[in-house]
Order: sequence, then structure tokens, then C-alpha cells
Amino acid sequence: MPNKDEVFEKVREALVDALGVDDEEVTPDATMVGDLGAESIDFLDIVFKLEKAFDIQIPRDELFPDDILTNAEYVQDGKVTPEGLAKLKERMPFADLTKFEQDPLVQNFGNLLTVQDLCNYVGTKVGVQG
Amino acid sequence: MRWFWIDRFEEFVSGTYAVSVKTVSLGEEPVFDYSPGFTYYPASLIVEGLAQTGGLLIAQPSDFKKRVVLAKITKSKFHFEAYPGDVLRFRTEVVSMQDNGGIATCTVHVGDRLLCEADLTFAYLDDRFEGVQLFEPDTFCRTLRCLRLFEVGVDQQGNPISIPQHMLDAEIADVERSRSRNVPAG
Repeated sequence: MPNKDEVFEKVREALVDALGVDDEEVTPDATMVGDLGAESIDFLDIVFKLEKAFDIQIPRDELFPDDILTNAEYVQDGKVTPEGLAKLKERMPFADLTKFEQDPLVQNFGNLLTVQDLCNYVGTKVGVQG
Repeated sequence: MRWFWIDRFEEFVSGTYAVSVKTVSLGEEPVFDYSPGFTYYPASLIVEGLAQTGGLLIAQPSDFKKRVVLAKITKSKFHFEAYPGDVLRFRTEVVSMQDNGGIATCTVHVGDRLLCEADLTFAYLDDRFEGVQLFEPDTFCRTLRCLRLFEVGVDQQGNPISIPQHMLDAEIADVERSRSRNVPAG
């Protein structure tokens, strides 16, 4: 069972490889889209590399809950409703949604995930040690 | 100029791997014109050949209904140049199929020499491209026949893969259109 540092190193390696960024750019706080320049298609590659590196399966809706963000029940006037936010938190316990909650525009969601969120997610899959 | 950068399939196992070949000819415009006086086959067209081999491999399990495009060359490494007369052997293997695309790892050999290694990421066009058709179905079917895909293609149990019904229907509709155009008036 890997520890947190080992998870981070493997995630960093996958991101460096998939996005062509430098090692030092991949910090825990870096956002995948804004800071590391990931485009939607890069996530396909990132998911593949993480699945391979950690020998896990990553269903798309776990990392990207598009079904919530496109559901009229949870989105009004382009903003995620309180019910939608509750649903997102339930679905994405690994992600820090604090910043997003302040201005929950759907268009802001794309730049939500950080490297740390990704590490947390992988951690839940592999049962990471403290 | 036709945008075919493979000549035919030699092996095709649904959702698994495909092998195609291409003979480089001096008669091809890009070979003769790309680097006058020093003719070689451009690396970009080698990637295109891999993309055609891998893209069809990734599209076939959906009966070619998914619209597959090359989205990203994750890695490519070339070890030497290909010249007129060389026979390139493209091998693409599916390593990941996801609901929004797939990834193939690829090699190109000339004889037993490894010319190129590449990882390619393919995407399915999604709802944002609604109404966008990459190919006319009848033309597409004809192309696949020319590439001998259906002659060599098998499923994972080794049974021949068949031509999807929607493609056959498109071919029949095309023939009927041609016939109706050729019927003399009156």
C-alpha cells in the first residue's frame, strides 16, 4: 500500500508525461486546467496513465460528474444549486469545493481539480497510508 | 490527392490490434515535393498512417458510428527515414478504451527495423459537433473495402467481422441514386 508521498510522485510522473510540463510545475495546489494547461482530451490520457500506474479502474463519472452539471435539477441560470453542491460533495469527497462554492458557476467547474484532489482521489482507490 | 496513408490492412482484431502496410512511392506528391533532391517520406504522414490504422481500429467496435479523430500525439520517436520503395508496416494496439475515446500504442517497421514508436490518443466527437459527418457512409464503406479491412478483420473469437448494415444500406442507396440519374427521361 503506497503512502501519500509515493502517490504524489506517481501522479506527478503521469502529469509530466501526459502534459509535457516540468516536474516543479506539478505542485499540490496547481490546478489541472489553469496552471498545468490540461485540455479535456488530456484527461483521457491522464486517466489511462493513472490506471496503469496504480493498477486501478477510474470510471469517468467519478472524476468528472458531468451528469450533475448538466442536470436542470441541479443547475439554474448557469449556477449549481445548493442541492447540486451537496450532490457534488457527496460524489467528490476527494475534492476541495470551498472555492467553487463561493461562485458556483458551471463554467468555473472545469478549473476546479487540483493535483492534490487527484492525489486524494487516487488515495481513496488504493487505500493510501497516512 | 487522396488522403490515404495506408495501402491495406493485413491483420485486424476487433478492439485489440491492427496491422496495415504502405509502400512508399516516388510517384507520390509529398515524397517527390517535400524535400526536393533528397526524397524521403515525411514523418507527419507516417503518423497519419498510424492514425488511420488506429482510428479505424477504435471506431470499428461501434460499427464505425462513433466519429473518431486523432486528438493527441502523446509520444512519437523516429529512428530513421523511409525512402521510396520501402514497405512500412504499421501496428497499432488498443491499450485503453474509454467512453470519450481511446489510446493506442503504435510501431512502424521497415522489414525488421523499428522506424517509429508512438502513442496516440483518439477522441470521439461529442454533442458539441452534432450534425458533423466526417465521411459519407457509402464512400467510407468503399474505402474500407479497398483497404481490405473486411477481408482480414476478425472479432476477438476469430470470427470474421461483417460490414455494418447501415453501411450496406448507404451503398445500396447510392447505387439506386446513380441508377435513377441514368434512367433516360420519358
